[in-house]
Amino acid sequence: MTTHFVGDTALLTGRSLRHITRSLDTIITTTIMPIAFLLLFVFVLGGAITSGSDSYIDYLLPGILVITVASGVSYTAYRLFLDLQSGIFERFHSMPIARSSALWAHVLTSLAAIAMSVVVVVLAALVMGFRSGAGVLAWLGVAGILGLFTLALTWLAVIPGLTATSVDGASAFSYPLILLPFISSAFVPTETMPGPVRAFAENQPVTAIVDAIRALLAQQPVGTDIWVALGWCLGLLLVAYGFAMLVYRRRFA
Amino acid sequence: MRNDAAIRVRGLEKSFDELHVLRGVDIDVDRGSIFALLGSNGAGKTTVVRILATLLKADAGTAEVHGFDVATQAGDVRESISLTGQFAAVDDVLTGRENLVLVARLRHLTGARAIAEQLLARFQLTDAADRKVSTYSGGMRRRLDISMSLIGDPPVVFLDEPTTGLDPEARLEVWQAVRDLAAGGTTVLLTTQYLDEAEQLADRIAILHGGRIIENGTLAELKRLLPPAKVEYVEKQPTLEDVFLRLVGRDATREDQP
Repeated sequence: MTTHFVGDTALLTGRSLRHITRSLDTIITTTIMPIAFLLLFVFVLGGAITSGSDSYIDYLLPGILVITVASGVSYTAYRLFLDLQSGIFERFHSMPIARSSALWAHVLTSLAAIAMSVVVVVLAALVMGFRSGAGVLAWLGVAGILGLFTLALTWLAVIPGLTATSVDGASAFSYPLILLPFISSAFVPTETMPGPVRAFAENQPVTAIVDAIRALLAQQPVGTDIWVALGWCLGLLLVAYGFAMLVYRRRFA
Repeated sequence: MRNDAAIRVRGLEKSFDELHVLRGVDIDVDRGSIFALLGSNGAGKTTVVRILATLLKADAGTAEVHGFDVATQAGDVRESISLTGQFAAVDDVLTGRENLVLVARLRHLTGARAIAEQLLARFQLTDAADRKVSTYSGGMRRRLDISMSLIGDPPVVFLDEPTTGLDPEARLEVWQAVRDLAAGGTTVLLTTQYLDEAEQLADRIAILHGGRIIENGTLAELKRLLPPAKVEYVEKQPTLEDVFLRLVGRDATREDQP
């Protein structure tokens, strides 16, 4: 069963990566909204926002990266759904391959596609004036947090990918994920929010993730934020993976 | 464990929630023969194929393919079969050649590119080999689909409604491909809702209705079963096809008939 797992997964990942490199729609549509938000908040609304940071774009970017990941995983669900719909998933499953590699290929493709999108958004932010003196280690830390967050959301995306009955249904799950950063410290400091909203904002995963990334990029001590962020990501990953495998096994027992 | 039948099914049952689709299906398919499973939409043909292709677990009964039990020796079954589903399961974004190479590599064969080349030639796809499959016609997609199923020469091939949605000419092409397969010793189980398809291709025909095989025999045996009320629930193929094929310049009669 596991004898061919690595080879089969590599072949199938190569296949779905070609879908992304041949038509760059996925990368473009994934990055267009985060970049639009960057433009809107930096050049239109940003002047009126008191973030307590010298440069608003430096304050804003971590939240925009979270939005990039959230909009990227809707394509993960979409690609998986299309493979199920077209019957090609069943073709792979009826072949003598390591079966789970069909699913893992989608997970790895999701990580690669979102990594590309994040790089595009960071480059756009650099053009708009984002600057960071963070060293290699801090950047690796940022990549690590975002990678873990992407993996968690990817497994979350596998669930609608496997269960949806329409294309819209497969990708709609990500809308709340995209909105979640708005009720967090991503755009404005939570101190200005009224009691209950502030309580929610300060205790939801995006705030911890955003604060940790922001501290790393600003070369400030990350404090406990990074552990809270990693805790959220790991917890979400375990729960999402568990549910996704449950759905997968039920469907392809 | 091995026996003479390429496919041997006994008392197969399967329900989806309240719906009792299969209520005890028995099938024997001889090696190297073409076996047609005939039935109207929703009769459970695809369910049978999915169980035989190890994609679905039966609730009761046994099924052996190429001497291997589909439930306990699924891996061996998958080595012995290939499945062409109802909808051409090809990758639209890849080229025809890349689709074939991918499947050959997934089957862990050496010389994947040469295998792809041979199949492209055999199914008249060489000219379109490096085009994206999304530009292919329905018939070309189906030919590619079937050629992908032949990689690694599996001894048993399942074709689930191989000609549904095809125009008459493409249908004849698929029929010829199926005949060639059986001539080469491959066992073919095909499902169809078209009477004439079963008539043209199959050595034996089984009619699946109400979750059971209600008739099973050669065409000659089935024809002896009068009154024709026996087959009334199968859709009739319009004879307009003959007219159409004559008009567009193809002969609808079988090539092996005088």
